[in-house]
Amino acid sequence: MGDINDFLDFVLLREPNIVYVVVGTLLIGASSGLIGTFAFLKKTSLLGDAISHSALPGVCLAFMYMQEKNAIFLLLGSFVSGWIATLLVEWISRRTKLKNDTAIALILSFFFGVGIFLLTIIQNGGQAAQSGLNNFLVGKAAAIQRFDIYIFSGVALLIIFFVVTFYRPLKIMVFDRDYALSIGLPVRILEFLLNSAIVLAIAVGIQAVGVILMAALLISPAAAARFWTYKLSRLLVIAASIGAFSGWFGAFVSYTAPDMPTGPWIVTSLSVFAIGSAFFAPGSGMISRIKLQQSNSRKMLSENILKSLFQILEGRDANSHDWIKKSTLFEHRFFDRIKFQKGIRTLDKKHFIIIDGDKIRLTKQGWAESKRIVRLHRLWELYLYEKMNLAADHIHPNAETMEHILTPELEKILIKELDYPEKDPHQSKIPE
Amino acid sequence: MDIGIVFTALFVAFNCGILGVFLMLRKMAMVGDAISHSVLPGIVIAYLIAGTRASFPMLIGAAAMGLITTVLIEFLTKKARLQNDASIGISFTWLFAIGVILIAVFTKGGIDLDQECVLYGDIAYVNLDKIIVDGNLYLGPRAMWNQIPVFVLISVVILFGFRGWQITTFNPDYAASMGISVSRWHYLLMSMVSLVTVMAFEAVGAILVVGFMIIPPATAYLINSKLKMVIVLTLVFATLSVLLGYRLAIYFNGSIAGGMISVAGIIFFVIWCLQQMVKKLLVARSDENVGGWLVQENKIIR
Repeated sequence: MGDINDFLDFVLLREPNIVYVVVGTLLIGASSGLIGTFAFLKKTSLLGDAISHSALPGVCLAFMYMQEKNAIFLLLGSFVSGWIATLLVEWISRRTKLKNDTAIALILSFFFGVGIFLLTIIQNGGQAAQSGLNNFLVGKAAAIQRFDIYIFSGVALLIIFFVVTFYRPLKIMVFDRDYALSIGLPVRILEFLLNSAIVLAIAVGIQAVGVILMAALLISPAAAARFWTYKLSRLLVIAASIGAFSGWFGAFVSYTAPDMPTGPWIVTSLSVFAIGSAFFAPGSGMISRIKLQQSNSRKMLSENILKSLFQILEGRDANSHDWIKKSTLFEHRFFDRIKFQKGIRTLDKKHFIIIDGDKIRLTKQGWAESKRIVRLHRLWELYLYEKMNLAADHIHPNAETMEHILTPELEKILIKELDYPEKDPHQSKIPE
Repeated sequence: MDIGIVFTALFVAFNCGILGVFLMLRKMAMVGDAISHSVLPGIVIAYLIAGTRASFPMLIGAAAMGLITTVLIEFLTKKARLQNDASIGISFTWLFAIGVILIAVFTKGGIDLDQECVLYGDIAYVNLDKIIVDGNLYLGPRAMWNQIPVFVLISVVILFGFRGWQITTFNPDYAASMGISVSRWHYLLMSMVSLVTVMAFEAVGAILVVGFMIIPPATAYLINSKLKMVIVLTLVFATLSVLLGYRLAIYFNGSIAGGMISVAGIIFFVIWCLQQMVKKLLVARSDENVGGWLVQENKIIR
């Protein structure tokens, strides 16, 4: 890695060349993140992989024709061959019995093979040193020039303009294509424009990331953003920001350590965002989902213990504060021993029960809470029996689940609906 | 024609093609693509440890990476609830990126593994490493002798488990109901795919492996649906691609592996066009003769 001066040079944009590189990678990252979100939502992100690999022969042919690295022609070349690849994938998967993924892999490897073939012909022709076409494989943001920046900015603005202008129809089309058709949206034109925007973003993006890893710049920002929000507008903003930051980060690494290709570092940053979000995002991240699951199962367990205590007392026709042995509880219902210990500790903390050695006693609140659960259970059984016409011996399992879910509001409605009942279908009393 | 190069390429194409048939039929073409990218860090790490190419640790390292990729994809899809295509995309781009970074970091240390080799192999140089017995008996390049045991292994596994492959490929639910462990066959296939990728990687590079895995089987599947015939036709198309591709590469002085894949793709499109033409002819004829029921059927099928 470079020294502190390189670092400051880069962060403070001390040289004009750095400004170009930073602006370029920011724009590339943001526009791919933005348009990639639509590809992600349409579940066609791997098509993006095929398109980006397919840009290579276009780049090579454009170079062979021009005999120089003219940014406009290289862009045009990759745009055209990217579009051809898109069409071929669509044709093959529609008109042959080959599946979509086979068509993608086929076009991807064929175009890339042709690309490599052309690239080696150019290199063996002796112009490799000045052409630097190799940079299109794994990306070299440091090679971005002032002239390129104008083009990137143009393309990025075009893409942003497109997304903003067609935001509503695009949204409808991406989430429900049939509905979009039925309300008369020009779906085919929109799809054509969207595909063009994707191909365009790829054609620009391969300058920084290279054709092999370009797919990540489309997929990963959207995949990461998906864990943070379900709203399309926020999804787009988050994805574009993640893309922009990663683009900047890749350029930064490649500037401070010139031997480093840019693409892999951009992709590493993107992947850390995506996989990090998959784990840590609140709500839909894995860790918070597991925590929710655990807290639910804890709640169910302690409610089941309370319910069993109530049923034992009810059977004995005893005082609500009588002591009950733990062994009696185990006879009444199966509990996992270790979980059971945790369950009664939670109940103890909530002051629902009092523990004395191997005996348990309900408190006043505990008694009320246990009555509530049994009441919900029996109300639900009655509801299934009377209103849903289920047989009396089929209703218990469902009530076992519902008793943990029913809210006080639903409880009131149930009571009213069942006309203030006193007994459940098994002739047990419904506690007040 | 250089026999050494051609035979090495032939065995690479056979190994990839046979496994590719099953990948394609199991709708796992892109998983094959992912694995072929993501074995890279495994190869680099194993290379750093062992110091040579095509060594045993390299195989183990790369095969492990292949399995890690499959597990990572499954993890992201099932546990993190990410959609399948995105899981594949993230997994392989990330692992490949790590591989390229590792190469860039250690190139300074003078390791003999560069980006070009990773990307399109160096089959042109296989003859630099020949096996010669007793000082004069020339047995061909080492790369070819690396491919042959893999070919034998794959043939044995496919032939002896043919019924199992057939049933787990075409009707996994039925297979599961018969008590066959579908996931065991799945992981066996994935291990073989990683193995083949690593072995082929040196000769043709990471990405073109996918070409050999998918293009000949897809061409074969276009004209026949019977598993045995698809495998046989795959071998035929693989051979054609290798022979013609080699010629093409020599003529234009380009990458040999790239030329072979280009030819494989061209063969696919030629066959497809021919098939379309034959279909049109048949349809036109049946229009005159038997009242066009074939046209009707054709429409329904579409």
